[in-house]
Amino acid sequence: MTIDDQPLLSARGISKMYGQHVGCTDVSFDLFAGEVLAVVGESGSGKSTLLSVLSTRLEPTGGAVSYRMRDGTMRDVFALNEAERRLLMRTDWGFVHQDAREGLRMGISAGGNVGERLMAVGSRHYGEIRSTALDWLGRVEIDLTRVDDAPKTFSGGMRQRLQIARNLVTQPRLVFMDEPTGGLDVSVQARLLDLLRGLVADLGLAVIIVTHDLAVARLLSHRIMVMRAGRVIETGLTDQVLDDPREPYTQLLVSSVLQV
Amino acid sequence: MSTTATATTPYNYAYLDEQTKRMIRRAILKAIAIPGYQVPFASREMPMPYGWGTGGVQVTASIIGPTDTLKVIDQGSDDTTNAVSIRKFFQKTAAVAVTTSTSAATIIQTRHRIPETPLTAGQVLVFQVPTPEPLRFLEPRETETRKMHALAEYGLMHVKLYEDIAKHGRIAKTYDYPTMVAGRYLMAPSPTPKFDNPKMHRSPALQLFGAGREKRIYAVPPHTDVVSLDFDDYPFEVNKFDRPCALCGAENVYLDEVILDDRGGRMFVCSDTDHCETRRAEGHRGEILGQEETRA
Ligand SMILES: [Zn+2]
Repeated sequence: MTIDDQPLLSARGISKMYGQHVGCTDVSFDLFAGEVLAVVGESGSGKSTLLSVLSTRLEPTGGAVSYRMRDGTMRDVFALNEAERRLLMRTDWGFVHQDAREGLRMGISAGGNVGERLMAVGSRHYGEIRSTALDWLGRVEIDLTRVDDAPKTFSGGMRQRLQIARNLVTQPRLVFMDEPTGGLDVSVQARLLDLLRGLVADLGLAVIIVTHDLAVARLLSHRIMVMRAGRVIETGLTDQVLDDPREPYTQLLVSSVLQV
Repeated sequence: MSTTATATTPYNYAYLDEQTKRMIRRAILKAIAIPGYQVPFASREMPMPYGWGTGGVQVTASIIGPTDTLKVIDQGSDDTTNAVSIRKFFQKTAAVAVTTSTSAATIIQTRHRIPETPLTAGQVLVFQVPTPEPLRFLEPRETETRKMHALAEYGLMHVKLYEDIAKHGRIAKTYDYPTMVAGRYLMAPSPTPKFDNPKMHRSPALQLFGAGREKRIYAVPPHTDVVSLDFDDYPFEVNKFDRPCALCGAENVYLDEVILDDRGGRMFVCSDTDHCETRRAEGHRGEILGQEETRA
């Protein structure tokens, strides 16, 4: 068994309770390097709670999440000490928020936003940081003349693309995305999805993307997990699940999308 | 350190009661044990407003004794209102000898400058600090800045320096320039000009920092590394002055601009008045005094 036969991330029996209320319960899956997993469901289905637990932003009530570190060892992410966990989050992981203001420093220039992770891991050469930032702005199709402008002057689509560049600059292997196209105009969404699809393929990124939009899941993901009331009710290859859903609830979701 | 109240005042020696002084000394000892780490302390009301150096005054009050000789400077000068009032305060409450001479002082309380005359072992430099947290303007959440210090996560400070270079073509910060202490804690030398940062590095004197309003004490023990942050391709540089002091001819010192008349006449003189006077007493003459002497 080679190292790439082992999952990159492995979730077993994840549950998160808010008092008596179920956030999510008994979620298990493996995610492999370069694989894009979409977690879909309506609001309140537990998909955002699950994403928060997987990305260590929330402690689970039960279950375990392990991750294959860059040195090849599988580690329980909740057993990492805080320094290890924060290092993981700003190097080998990325997190793209729905609201770019949560993922960017709005008063810091685009170049500074992209360069922050590099400086956080010890880059101390201004020229190199800047040229890397410019390279990434180009890759996310942001006009290079905007490198010294703060994202508060950017459009919604540009902010999302900047957020993506800021995450990818350390070449993470896993990126969490929470409704990354939510709140954007349809044409802006299409461009962003196109860009994301290209980057994910080029970089061989593994992605866990939470979305209520099945069209987004169809375009980006290899596999899909359908959640309802905190549970995973159906899982499989994205095309199979969306073309031939077995669960009545999934059928409902798919048909309601078709009506839109 | 005397515990007797002086006969001339109704206050305890050096104004603060002994219990408060013990509390502050414990904070100082902890600060010395963890160079650059900001130790919280229960800052007391002092008979002067915040912004007048109440943090520095409390530190000085806690370490001063009758055998000490105190010097107080503000912007390098012994003669500003602030310096004079703090000096008088300790003369009155601690019956202590005072001086303007850097080398004669055992304790030097300062806002802004470090004296030009190199400090020596046994001297204590007490800084009055308005803003002790170097990350405050980058990260307003106290819980987060504390975590950043605990984990030595200081990348954000370099983001600030990056922004400076991107905007101004150089690191524009001229005072309160961030430093790493003993390779571990990020420290604000607020509001000291960056010109004086190299003087903090491996100084034989003990350096204590007191922030009254923010209730923090921190320290640089003698012979401790204090390194100014920079980039490999934009190395730290001190403020440069393209002329010597007009009064004493000193070079490589920090100069203040002095307006001479309302027709645009001005000169640049040592901000450290004691240094300037000492040099003149030794016979050094700058451009302006030189001219006067030839006229005389
Ligand atoms: Zn001079």
